[in-house]
Amino acid sequence: MSTPSVLMPLPVLIPMVGAALTLFAGRRPRLQRAIALAALCVVVAVCAALVYLTDRDGTLVLQVGGWGPTESGMGPLGITLVVDRLSALMLVVSSIVLLCVVFYAIGQGIRDGDERQPVSIFLPTYLVLSAGVCTAFLAGDLFNLFVGFEVLLSASFVLLTIGASKDRVRAGIAYVMVSMVSSMVFLFGIALVYAATGTLNLAELAVRLDGVSAGTRTALFAVLLVAFGIKAAVFPLSTWLPDSYPTAPAPVTAVFAGLLTKVGVYAIIRTHSLLFPTGGLDPLLLVAALLTMLIGILGAIAQSDVKRLLSFTLVSHIGYMVFGIALSSQLGMSGAIYYVAHHIVVQTTLFLVVGLIERQAGASTMQRLGGLAAASPLLAFLFVVPALNLGGIPPFSGFIGKVALLEAGAQNGSVLAWLLVGGGVLTSLLTLYVIVRVWTKAFWRSREDAPEGHLAGAMPLALLDEPEDIQFVDRDQVGRMPIGMVVPTGALIAVGLTLTVMAGPIFGYAERAADEVLDRGQYVSAVLGSRE
Amino acid sequence: MTTYVVPLILIGALTSAGVYLLLERNMTRMLLGLLLIGNAINLLILTVGSPSGNPPIRGRTSNGETTTADPLAQGMILTAIVITMGIAAFVLALAYRSYRLTTEEEVTDDPEDTRVSKLSAEEASALDVDRLRAEPARDTDLPDELDALPGMDGSR
Repeated sequence: MSTPSVLMPLPVLIPMVGAALTLFAGRRPRLQRAIALAALCVVVAVCAALVYLTDRDGTLVLQVGGWGPTESGMGPLGITLVVDRLSALMLVVSSIVLLCVVFYAIGQGIRDGDERQPVSIFLPTYLVLSAGVCTAFLAGDLFNLFVGFEVLLSASFVLLTIGASKDRVRAGIAYVMVSMVSSMVFLFGIALVYAATGTLNLAELAVRLDGVSAGTRTALFAVLLVAFGIKAAVFPLSTWLPDSYPTAPAPVTAVFAGLLTKVGVYAIIRTHSLLFPTGGLDPLLLVAALLTMLIGILGAIAQSDVKRLLSFTLVSHIGYMVFGIALSSQLGMSGAIYYVAHHIVVQTTLFLVVGLIERQAGASTMQRLGGLAAASPLLAFLFVVPALNLGGIPPFSGFIGKVALLEAGAQNGSVLAWLLVGGGVLTSLLTLYVIVRVWTKAFWRSREDAPEGHLAGAMPLALLDEPEDIQFVDRDQVGRMPIGMVVPTGALIAVGLTLTVMAGPIFGYAERAADEVLDRGQYVSAVLGSRE
Repeated sequence: MTTYVVPLILIGALTSAGVYLLLERNMTRMLLGLLLIGNAINLLILTVGSPSGNPPIRGRTSNGETTTADPLAQGMILTAIVITMGIAAFVLALAYRSYRLTTEEEVTDDPEDTRVSKLSAEEASALDVDRLRAEPARDTDLPDELDALPGMDGSR
C-alpha cells in the first residue's frame, strides 16, 4: 500500500479509536487527557502530510475496502475518500483548531478543578466530533457526507447540552430540532439525486448530472442548498445559530463556531462547483449572501452579550464565503477558500478569548464588563489581535481575504456583484464598529461605569453553567489566567498571524485549490480513471 | 421502469403529516413528526432504488424476477434508520430532562433574544451610555481667589 492510502483514513480512524479509549479511561483523567491530546496531535501531523502530498501529487483517492469500480461503466460501489487541495487545507486548519481547543478545555479543567464536571463524557464526545468533521471533509460521495454530518451533529448535541442545565436544555432542543430538519432535507435531496442519476458518488454524479435536464438539476441543487444552508447558517436559515451557540461552554462554542458552519460552507463549495457548475442559482446565492452579511451584522449591533454578538458576526461573515462561491470565478473561489481558513481560526480564537474574559471577570455581557485592559493587559492583547483581524484591518488576513473577494466581485462587474461589493465593505465597517464597541465597553471604561458592573457569576466553571449571580466584590479571586488556556489561545492567534505573514504562499495554495475545484474533469478522472 | 402510485401517495401523506407535527411546540409531537418524515424518506429511497419485485438475495428468483434488488438503497435505508433511532432516543432523553426541569416540554423562545428585541430605541441606547459618576473631579488648578465663589474650592 502506498503512503497516501495509509494516511487518508487516519483523520477519521484516530479520533474514533481515541474516543473509544478515552471512554474506557473515564475514571483516569490524566490518561484520558493524554490520549485525547496525543490523538489530535497525530491527526494534525497526518493532515499536514496530506496537504504536502496533495500539493505535490494532486488529488488522492482511496476506495475503502477495495470496493472500487468493478466493471467498466460501473462507478465505485463502496465508500470513496477523496483528498484534494481544498479538503486538505480544511483538514489541516480544522485539526489545528481542534487540538488548540481541547488543550484549552483541558487547561481550564486542570486549573479550575473538574471534580464536579462531566469531563469523562466531554473528551470522548469531542473526539467523535473531530472524526465527524474529518469524515465530512474526506467524503467522496453524498451519503458518506451525510454520515459525516450525522456523526458530528450527534456529538454536537451532547456537547451543547453538557451538564443539562435549564438554559442548555432549552437551547439544545431548538438546536437538535433544526439540525434534524436539515438532515432530513439532506436525506431527501440524496433520495432525489439517487432517483435522477442512480449513483451518489460525487465524481460519477458530476458526469451523470450533465445528462439530466436543467430544470431537474436546479431543483436538486435547491434541495441540497437548503440542507447545507441551514448547516452553514446562510440568511433566512440562520436564526437558530445565535440562539443555541452562546449557551454552550466556551471551548464548545469556540469549536462549533469555527468548524460546524464551515463544514456546511465546504459542502456548498463541493456541490456548487462539482455537481452543479452551470450556476442556475447564482443570483439567488448572491442575494442570500448580501442579506446574510447585512442582517447578521445588524443583529450583532443590537446585542449586549459578547458571545451572542460574536455569534451574529459569525453568521454575517458566512455571507462573504457564499459571495465568493456564487461568483463562480477563479478569484472568487480562491478568495472564499482563503476566507474560510481565516474565519475558522479567527472566530475560534475570539470565542476562546471570551471564555477567558468570562473566567476572569465573571461575565460575558457588556452590561457588566469594564476595566479589563487595566486589569489584564495580556487579555486585552489576546482580544485585540483577532478582533482587528475579524474587522478586516490591514495587514491582517481578514483584510487580504476581503480584498480578494471584493476584487472578484468587481471583476464580475454585474449590478448584483457591485451591490455585494458595497454590502461587503459596509459589513466590514460595521464589524469594526461592533468590535470597537466591545473594546471600549469591556476593556477601556472602568467597571463601576457598567450598568450592572457590580454583579458577576459566582465561580469559574469549565463546562457547567451556573446561573447564580453574586456581587462582584464578593467573588473569589480567580488568580491569573491559567497558562493552559493562554497558550492555546496564543497559538491560534499565531496561526492567524501566519495566515497574514505567509499570505503569499497560502493564497497561492488557495488559488491552486480553487483551480482544482473548478476543474471538474480532474476530480472525475482522479476518482473514476483508476480503472485503466 | 413502472412507477407505482401507492408508495408515492404514502410518502406524500407521511411527509405532510410529519411537517404538520413538526410545526408544533410540543416536543413529543415534534419528535413524532421527525420520525414520520424519516420513514417517508426511507420509503422514497426504496421506491427510487430499483423496480420492485426483485429478490434481495443474489441468484434467487422471486415471482419470476431474477435481477438482484438494489443493495445500495437498502444499505442507505438501514443507515438512516439507525441514525434516526439514535437521535430519537436522545430527543426523548432531552424532553424528559426538560420536563423535569420546567414541568413542560415545549420549545420556548430564547429569553435573551426576546429581551433584546423588546428593547425600545431609547432603552437600547441607554444601555450604551456609561453610568456617570456622581461627583465630577475637582479642578485643583484654579486660583485661590475663586474660593469665595459658590461651587469653587480652589487648590485647598
